[in-house]
Amino acid sequence: MKSFDYVKPASIAEAIAAARTPGAAYLAAGTNLLDLMKGGVSRPDRLVDVTHLPGLGTIEKLADGGLRIGALVRNADLAHDAAFAKAYPAVAEALLSGASAQLRNAATVGGNLLQRTRCAYFYDVASACNKRAPGSGCDARGGANDIHAVLGWSDGCIATHPSDFCVPLVALDAAVEIEGSKGRREIRLEDMHLLPGTTPEQETVLEPGDLIVALKLPAEARNFASHARYLKVRERTSYAFAVASAAAHLTLANGRIEQARIALGGVAAKPWRAREAEELLVGREVTDQNFRRAADAALAAAKPSGDNAFKIELARRIVVRALALAAAGTPERSPALPASPFSIHSGALHDA
Amino acid sequence: MHNSISLTVNGVQHDIALSDPRVTLLDLLRERLHLTGTKKGCDRGQCGACTILVNGRRINSCLALATSHDGADITTIEGVARGDELHPLQAAFIAHDGFQCGFCTPGQIMSALGLITEGQAGCDAERIREGMSGNLCRCGAYAGITEAVLEVQQQLEAKERRVA
Repeated sequence: MKSFDYVKPASIAEAIAAARTPGAAYLAAGTNLLDLMKGGVSRPDRLVDVTHLPGLGTIEKLADGGLRIGALVRNADLAHDAAFAKAYPAVAEALLSGASAQLRNAATVGGNLLQRTRCAYFYDVASACNKRAPGSGCDARGGANDIHAVLGWSDGCIATHPSDFCVPLVALDAAVEIEGSKGRREIRLEDMHLLPGTTPEQETVLEPGDLIVALKLPAEARNFASHARYLKVRERTSYAFAVASAAAHLTLANGRIEQARIALGGVAAKPWRAREAEELLVGREVTDQNFRRAADAALAAAKPSGDNAFKIELARRIVVRALALAAAGTPERSPALPASPFSIHSGALHDA
Repeated sequence: MHNSISLTVNGVQHDIALSDPRVTLLDLLRERLHLTGTKKGCDRGQCGACTILVNGRRINSCLALATSHDGADITTIEGVARGDELHPLQAAFIAHDGFQCGFCTPGQIMSALGLITEGQAGCDAERIREGMSGNLCRCGAYAGITEAVLEVQQQLEAKERRVA
């Protein structure tokens, strides 16, 4: 690992001042950043440790019915917060389907939003990668690319965003509170991540020194609590990134869908909101046919970026199944295998 | 850069001078405190062999900078037994053949300690397996590991029922 200066600021203002200089990076838990630094993929000159900053570790209910989650709340603490899991069950299920218990105990809310792609060519410093070394090319294009993007990709980059957490958050219109040198501002999470285009190295709209201080869920996000699921297909049952995933949220009245919120994960360089699919479901009955039409709309613009045409049909089926599970109702407790399509009978060993 | 941190490791306080901020908790435990029970497997947060408890929570010590954990209370595999008396989890791993080569075992046991403290799995074997998925075992002793953790959890719950 390249050497770096370590800075431990006492306040958010100090942190921003220290992180504004080129080559500086914020350190939270480090579960992604240290891995990248050990591989020589990230080579910061200065780490600004924000883990000790005061006031960033609380979950508070807002007067308008929304929720504000401090950027340093750990993934496991948020997922296991009983009130949170009851109000936003698909978000809790997504969190619990990501990484391992050890990583969830360390990883933070803010860090999760900013985690980097797991594209193997991004990680391998001997490979050409426009995201890691702009202009060097993309070895994923002719390489092992079966799990790469099918939506929003460009000739320069076909990597996907790896977060599970972000998928239901984008569906629920989450916002990100950012503090920078010009003060505090709020943006929609959906607008924070960028598609690659010709500048895949620019992954978010954050500017140097910008610090995510909180995540916000609007009051309406609670309306979906009784019909919300996250579903994720992995290459193994647990502790793996999504090949493709979907968050489905519904409100129902007299057997008809009033509102739908759908987003997909593992398919693009950002968590992918499927608004056209949502609109197709409004006022419709809960039927497999309607869910299929919505899924077709969600994937209408998809095209393979390599050996991954299968992902388009896989993602369609995940959307259909996530919608069917959401319509059936949120389980009392997150399943033994969170977000797993193999989780059918509670308590039964699925592959024993 | 010179930095000094204080850590409590298995109940003993240590003041440690760090001349380089790159030192992970894993390397500090092994190289500076000579507590080599915590294993370095992948060193990238994928295998779980380096699992320790930091302030009572299980984490991967390979992905934790020591300098960021000033003041932390750490438990490693060396702090689990009471003298010659094995911790019930250690005894259960032996009784259920929860290992073959033993390299992943300290991480498995520390992870199981964390799992039991978290209280999310209970006596559901599938939840135990899911909760232990961050610990790989190349010998494939998973069946024995699950049985060992399940048995200790069952003993704990039986004890709680007797007390209640």
